[in-house]
Amino acid sequence: MSRIAERFARLRGEGRAGLVAYLTAGDPDPDTSRELIAGLAAAGADLVEIGMPFSDPMADGPLIQAAGQRALKAGMNLRRTLAMVRHLRRRDETTPFVLMGYYNPIYRYGPQAFAQDAAAAGVDGLIVVDLPPEEDAELAGPARAAGLDLVRLATPTSDERRLPQIVGGAGGFIYYVAIAGITGTRRADTDAVAIAVARLRRFTTLPVAVGFGIKDPDQAAAVARAADAAVVGSALVQRLAANLDAGGRARPGLVAAVLGDVQALAAGVRWARSRA
Amino acid sequence: MQAANTLRGGPDAAGHFGIYGGRYVAETLMPLVLAVEAAYDEACRDPGFQRELDYYLEHYVGRPSPLYFAERLTRHFGGAKIYFKRDELNHTGAHKINNVLGQTLLARRMGKTRIIAETGAGQHGVATATACALFDLPCVVYMGATDIERQKPNVFRMKLLGAEVVPVHSGTATLKDAMNEALRDWVAHVDDTFYVIGTVAGPHPYPAMVRDFQSVIGRETRVQLQKAEGRLPDTLVACIGGGSNAMGLFHPFLDEPGVAMIGVEAAGHGLQTGMHAASLNGGVPGVLHGNRTYLLQDEDGQIRDAHSISAGLDYPGIGPEHAWLHDLGRVEYVAITDAEALEAFQLASRLEGIIPALEPAHALAHVAKIAPNLPRDHLIVMNMCGRGDKDIFAVAEHLGVRL
Repeated sequence: MSRIAERFARLRGEGRAGLVAYLTAGDPDPDTSRELIAGLAAAGADLVEIGMPFSDPMADGPLIQAAGQRALKAGMNLRRTLAMVRHLRRRDETTPFVLMGYYNPIYRYGPQAFAQDAAAAGVDGLIVVDLPPEEDAELAGPARAAGLDLVRLATPTSDERRLPQIVGGAGGFIYYVAIAGITGTRRADTDAVAIAVARLRRFTTLPVAVGFGIKDPDQAAAVARAADAAVVGSALVQRLAANLDAGGRARPGLVAAVLGDVQALAAGVRWARSRA
Repeated sequence: MQAANTLRGGPDAAGHFGIYGGRYVAETLMPLVLAVEAAYDEACRDPGFQRELDYYLEHYVGRPSPLYFAERLTRHFGGAKIYFKRDELNHTGAHKINNVLGQTLLARRMGKTRIIAETGAGQHGVATATACALFDLPCVVYMGATDIERQKPNVFRMKLLGAEVVPVHSGTATLKDAMNEALRDWVAHVDDTFYVIGTVAGPHPYPAMVRDFQSVIGRETRVQLQKAEGRLPDTLVACIGGGSNAMGLFHPFLDEPGVAMIGVEAAGHGLQTGMHAASLNGGVPGVLHGNRTYLLQDEDGQIRDAHSISAGLDYPGIGPEHAWLHDLGRVEYVAITDAEALEAFQLASRLEGIIPALEPAHALAHVAKIAPNLPRDHLIVMNMCGRGDKDIFAVAEHLGVRL
């Protein structure tokens, strides 16, 4: 069983949803980023989603765009992202690591080589935003062969004709994009999310994680009542950015501030169903 | 796959030209892109759609544009006979309007009530703002903050036409970032908005659809040259940023083995300097803005800045059909530097009384290289795809003239 499947099985056993915490690899600099991401699981993240920085992130809002720019400026690249995962995996055997990003850096690396190197580094799943089912075969083959889950995205615009195509061949979990929009902008409507998740479950038995537009513990808790996991990214990146000095360098206390938010979010998600 | 006996049958059903093209967009956009494709297919089967487009092309744009024998330049070079396809005489001063009218009519057909576009030099933005004024549609044009600074006259034109021009500060604040921002807008306005893409790039069906709308250039050329010379051209020359004017000129001739075609990229300060916009001559295949094609990028797959004196060529990618034709060897792709383009800009102005845009000045600079060595009965058609009024400030600055 993959780490992702094991983790969702355990969450089901505990009768609760999980928290997926997102940060961009290398933001604001490789050392701070490694320390931050290494602390996510202890702060209560059940799965860790690591952004692969890209110069042209067309599905991301200003917060995550800026995170990627900071990381690239600090010298981050795909090879170093994999090296970071390798380092993190040596200290944490069980937390699923999912890489999220855009296809061009992977294509340039070589899909085959990337899938093998990512799996060897301890990556469990991939989310590639600009690779819809129509185009993902050249990555899906090598990813599956290497034991990686290729996570597919469903959105408010995915109609019932399209959903079977999305969930067929999906691995790990389904990532439901809660808003028609880019990351970190609108607030997700949690009632609409509940309806969408129920609809998704008619098409798949995979766990459903919901992201985009989840900003605080209350909202995460509301999502956690309907879905198997809530994904929070931009809100954490915003906290990170608020702890940078004028030169864009990490101020003391940055790591604690971000991980403090993760703890609050995790508490919201953990008690969501018992409070409901 | 494309039929083996024609180069004009592409793309395949999924929008691929060989390994290029495709639909690399976020899932949120997939249903929209598929809807555009379905609506376009339906429009293509409806003679009423083409009739309506033809009406506006004739009466509003002023088509057909002339095919003009550039006699003095021909004599000056002393070789091949040079014709200009005069698309700079179109309303709004460039070929962009051909495509914009097609897409705007399609948007109306789909019941869309809001138009967005990206623009680099501002020509596509002006054309889109024009069509939106004509059809009373709200129009938002995304433009890199850097480009806004260097293309102020076009920014003002768009505003006069009633468009909202949104400065894009993200990334490098140029055309590629404007396209990212337009895609982000589209994701957030899926119900009412149509994205009018300005070149033969983006997710399928845009590269094929924009090519089809621009192919009026090549179709007219074919008829006009037949009338003037009684035969097909020997060589077609066009500049390439994204490649829409070139694709429009080339496509109707792709299956004529006797017609050579040359696409002219922007070499900026020179290919060896890294400061250029020549995706085919200086890039490698990658995925950006919805399609796989040649891109300027570093070893990590991060997109590199393009550089050209011509803001219209200043794009780090190229249409996927060009990438395919490049790999097949059907079209030759060369590159011309800023300095060479500036020289051609002045030459056309002085010898023909035509101030070309800096974009076709690149094409002319290549004509200047090949024409002298070709026989007098060799027919070259160069697409004069835009007029140079918008560029006089930039050119004056490069020539050290204060206006």
